[in-house]
Amino acid sequence: MALLSNTAVLLGKELRTEFRSRELLTTTVVFILTIVVLFSFTFDPSVSESRRFGPGLLWLAFLFAASLMLQPCFLREQNNDTLSALRLSVNDPFAIFLAKLAANTLFLLFTQVLLLPVFSILYNVPVLAAFPQLVLVMFMGSLGLSVTGTALSAISAQARMRELLLPLLLLPLLTPVLIASTEATAALLVPNPAMRWDWMGFLLAFDVVFLTALWLFGEYLLEE
Amino acid sequence: MSGCALADLSGGSVLKKRILVAAVVVALMGFAAYAALFIAPTESKMGTVQRIFYLHAPSGMVALLSFFVCFVGNLAYVFKRQPKWDWLGVSAAEVGMAFCTVLILTGPIWAHPVWGIWWTWDARLTLTFVLWLLYTSYLLLRTLVEDPDRRALVSAIYGIFAFLDVPLVYGSIRWWRTQHPQPVIMGGAGSGLEPTMRKVFWFWVLNLVILMIFLIRERYALEAMRGEVQFLEREAEAA
Repeated sequence: MALLSNTAVLLGKELRTEFRSRELLTTTVVFILTIVVLFSFTFDPSVSESRRFGPGLLWLAFLFAASLMLQPCFLREQNNDTLSALRLSVNDPFAIFLAKLAANTLFLLFTQVLLLPVFSILYNVPVLAAFPQLVLVMFMGSLGLSVTGTALSAISAQARMRELLLPLLLLPLLTPVLIASTEATAALLVPNPAMRWDWMGFLLAFDVVFLTALWLFGEYLLEE
Repeated sequence: MSGCALADLSGGSVLKKRILVAAVVVALMGFAAYAALFIAPTESKMGTVQRIFYLHAPSGMVALLSFFVCFVGNLAYVFKRQPKWDWLGVSAAEVGMAFCTVLILTGPIWAHPVWGIWWTWDARLTLTFVLWLLYTSYLLLRTLVEDPDRRALVSAIYGIFAFLDVPLVYGSIRWWRTQHPQPVIMGGAGSGLEPTMRKVFWFWVLNLVILMIFLIRERYALEAMRGEVQFLEREAEAA
């Protein structure tokens, strides 16, 4: 269980780094808020339209935010020259990925849960009726974003134009997450909310496939 | 790496063989075009425009096949770390992109007169578009990493991720679309084909597979030469 204890220590480090500066969380929250506000200008939604477009808009905003938020994940290590030290500190490099993706999932989930009430007020969509279910959908969606995003940020950190490259690599790959999360969220924002377990199963499958891929191939991305 | 690849390609007999193979491929494609335009019967409802089907549908199949070859190359590179697998990966990805582009371009040309619209967000169309974007990103990533070994490794891993995503993208879009009214219902092409049409269709599939292999081989030879030039340049710098 060295993997789990290593991961726990590294996760602590990730969280500590973030909560000392809170740069990532603040900028992401403001970024999503900006998108949500700007969107209202582009189609001036009525109440029924908000219900229709709301979930898609919300997840699109999360996707864009994630593609920016995951940027510094490995870049920070590279800029501070801490990647080698990190690799030397663990037996299994997978622990580095696990810690980073756990931290990213937590950050994303935190911003989502924080912004859900704001979205609810601005777009007149009731979210309280199915709040726990919504959090579950957001957790599964965030996990999908983080698993692929963490892997790809390790790739884009090694390239030129990395700020532009990460969204380009990540967004097409996330098509299934966008569809499944949007559909599951939409079913929870109607007057008679229902949990769409089929889409949840789909999200689970996505998460498992890419988590396995990351476990198999992730360590090669950390080679010097 | 040895000097044999360069010598092979410039050798007289090998060059003759390559020209011969190219001529055969061109002749086959010419005959396929003739078959699609004149041998296959005209479709009763859509008319002549339906003949684009012989190029359109097989291009899609061959594009997927190329991406699968790319995936195999990527996997082999990650485990074996021989540059030849990287060359195979990039060659197959580029050839797959070419077929995928043909697919995306011929689709609207066929759709507009038949469906009355250029594009619809139907499952297969959307999948093709996402596939095209995924492999564009793969090729783009390759241009943005300097070091050849790094480039080979990170693009191979991205290629693996991209290919794993294909069934998930298709599954999600298909599932999502079947829950909405379909704007255009396309009758199962390939299922109820008239016998001559079916023969021409499978001849096209075979032909495009041959074309694919030919193009991948040529592109691979080019990439191998590039790799060798880079290697020689580095050696010269070191000396």
